[in-house]
Amino acid sequence: MKEKIVFPKPKVLADSPMHYCPGCQHGTAHKLVAQTLEELNLVEKSICIGSIGCSVFIYNYLLVDTVEAPHGRAPAVATGVKRAKPDKIVFTYQGDGDLASIGLAEIVHCANRGELVTVIFVNNTVYGMTGGQMAPTTMVGQKTTTCPGGRCREREGEPLKMAEMIASLGGTAYAARVAVNNIKNLKKAQKAIANAFKVQVDKLGFGFVEILATCPTNWKMTPLQANKRIEQEMIPYFPLGEFKNCLGENQ
Amino acid sequence: MTKRMFVKGNEAVCWGALAAQCKCYFGYPITPQNDIPEFMSKELPKRGGVFVQAESEIAAANMLLGAVASGVRAMTSSSSPGISLKQEAISYMAGSELPGVIVNMNRGGPGLGDIGPSQGDYFQATKGGGHGDYRLLVLAPGTVQEAYDLTIEAFNLAFKYRNPVMILGDAILGQMKEPITPKDPVIDDSEVHNWCLDGAQNRPSRIIKSLYLEDGALAAHNLKLAKKYEQMAQEEVRFEEFLTNDAELIVVAYGSIGRIVKTTIRKLRQAGHKVGLLRPISLFPFPKEILLSLAKAGKKFLTIEHNLGQMVEDVQLAICKFATTDFYGHLPGNLPTPNDFEQPILNSLEK
Amino acid sequence: MSKYVDVIIAGFGGQGVMLIGNLLAYAAMEQGLNVTYIPVYGPEMRGGTANCTVVIGEEEIGSPIIFNPLSLIAMNRPSLDKFQPRVQDNGVLILNSSLVEPSLAEKNRLKAYAIPVNELADKLGNLRLANMVALGAYVQATGIVPLQAVKNALPNVISSHYAHLIPDNAKALQTGYDYAQNQGTV
Ligand SMILES: Cc1ncc(C[n+]2csc(CCOP(=O)(O)OP(=O)(O)O)c2C)c(N)n1
Ligand code: SF4
Repeated sequence: MKEKIVFPKPKVLADSPMHYCPGCQHGTAHKLVAQTLEELNLVEKSICIGSIGCSVFIYNYLLVDTVEAPHGRAPAVATGVKRAKPDKIVFTYQGDGDLASIGLAEIVHCANRGELVTVIFVNNTVYGMTGGQMAPTTMVGQKTTTCPGGRCREREGEPLKMAEMIASLGGTAYAARVAVNNIKNLKKAQKAIANAFKVQVDKLGFGFVEILATCPTNWKMTPLQANKRIEQEMIPYFPLGEFKNCLGENQ
Repeated sequence: MTKRMFVKGNEAVCWGALAAQCKCYFGYPITPQNDIPEFMSKELPKRGGVFVQAESEIAAANMLLGAVASGVRAMTSSSSPGISLKQEAISYMAGSELPGVIVNMNRGGPGLGDIGPSQGDYFQATKGGGHGDYRLLVLAPGTVQEAYDLTIEAFNLAFKYRNPVMILGDAILGQMKEPITPKDPVIDDSEVHNWCLDGAQNRPSRIIKSLYLEDGALAAHNLKLAKKYEQMAQEEVRFEEFLTNDAELIVVAYGSIGRIVKTTIRKLRQAGHKVGLLRPISLFPFPKEILLSLAKAGKKFLTIEHNLGQMVEDVQLAICKFATTDFYGHLPGNLPTPNDFEQPILNSLEK
Repeated sequence: MSKYVDVIIAGFGGQGVMLIGNLLAYAAMEQGLNVTYIPVYGPEMRGGTANCTVVIGEEEIGSPIIFNPLSLIAMNRPSLDKFQPRVQDNGVLILNSSLVEPSLAEKNRLKAYAIPVNELADKLGNLRLANMVALGAYVQATGIVPLQAVKNALPNVISSHYAHLIPDNAKALQTGYDYAQNQGTV
């Protein structure tokens, strides 16, 4: 039988090894974005807004024009780029600390203004880069280095559901939550990311995809255990699916 | 003797804060000071205190503003990029005369820089940092014991002057471990009841603010602040002198760099070179008088910093009547060792 | 002259160099000495070596970071290559001869001890005790603190989770100490 590669490496993805920990799904998320940019033929007009987190070195892997934004400010920087160059395709790639904590104002207003940009949001329920502190998406009961007794609803509130929140805003044209923990979900994720770019191309409004992802290192789990946690703990609280879709067929 | 503890600089700051009866901590993760929020999240609640991981440094600093307005001892900490975000609230605290304690474990910059040690935030710390005409009281520990002692001091001074106080360390101080001897300081906050907000019961209501629109009001307010800074200059100057008496050359260096230079100086002394060290501990108020008197005595000067030249301007200003200072800047991105400073010191000595 | 020693302890991440650095420093503190310990992370952590510097002295300590140390514990080859040339003449070298060829030691210049720490630890039933074997040898070679002080310090640096391993760690310290005493320098 001839081997068939079902998940080929996009050309826009650099040929260098990534610095991510074993089992980290940032790499998968990068690949999905890269694939979408190629499929939609957007590579040469894309401008990426990097954020501050483990994905800070995204420019080493995703070979498109990239600017580094201060922690949490990527949607504001994206607004600036897009307003200055409306014919470019502008997207941010942000973690949950970056987007849902320090950058909450920027993401909400960017979406609410209906900026024609796409946001790829990686939710791994912790601050990865700084060593596993609590994030706004940390699950109730989950132990981190700054909630050593576990996140407590009364003290720290419940994990923010960003995809739903963004979907509720007038300027949003597409909002979905996906996971990359199995092939089925991976395929859906691919489609969601494509949609989040298509609404930008069609000038329909703001596009948003939340990707549930592992952080085995800070979860203190093996990659396999971490992947299981996505299914067993995260998806029940963070349901997958499209929360808004203004693309042609759904209008 | 009390039993010594073996702790990181970051932890020493926390132990100092606990000893000073800090009741609230507000923070946001950033390397290289994460030990502070992590420690406080564990230890403060046990002691009836409050730990909040804020959504940002902007929020953390404003939580601090709120807590200290109620008269409670409180603290926030961060490292360079996060300290930039705290500047708004720091300016408001200075303007509103509020005693917040802010810890900066300085890392390399500008922008995201790196996570290694640096003294790139000297200007930001000592010249105000945020908008408006104000100063922080800035203390720069060189040892872990000092990090502990000066944190206790920071709370006392913040309340004495009703002014924000900053502890300026770096990634070296934060990460290194040394023994500290704990203390049991006496805390006197009896004054607090004269200004804090705790509900206008049996007294007229109070306002804590920084807005002064009436004719002449802001000028008067600024002059009042200036008087405090003058009093600080009279009473709060701190420095360490090391082998300065017979020295031909005085090296001026603060914080971690100050103590690293000390080893260089010991070595050069063994080879017969007459060099000494002046290590400013309070960066504001700056130890001008001692520098002036050393300059008067005919010494040569070399300022060494872990940046491309910031404190050197204050040194030069202090000694300008009698001397000039050379400068040597260690670049961020690599750990300074005593060897790095040998040749620069010899060069200045031979000039 | 007053008592003073400084040491760079270096190896792969995971070889426990930070732990023995802490342990040595703690023991020295309990002996009433001044001491500093600084871990060095950074880009080196990812691929190659992890290291820490411990400075111990009767006098107040200046720099916690040392370029030319008086001694070195090298747990692997990259650490030896990087730090051996920096060790001062007549300094002490503890070399992990389980992973590094002993002939690489600059024995004309240094008091070099080749200790097969992995084998010795393995014999004790736990390869992860190799770091303790190395420290035991170091304590013998320098005499900076009594071995008993190091053993006494164990409960203060080993997390309570591993408290049951303290006797094994003490045994490993003793093994390294005895080995260095019996074999002497290379
Ligand atoms: C103003 C500011 N505060 C704090 C930091 C430190 N910092 C770097 S990355 C990060 C958060 C990373 O978490 P997340 O966004 O969840 O991304 P992940 O690393 O998990 O992918 C923080 C707080 C910073 N760089 N700038
Ligand atoms: S710390 Fe977590 S998010 Fe960061 S690279 Fe490792 S696994 Fe990925």
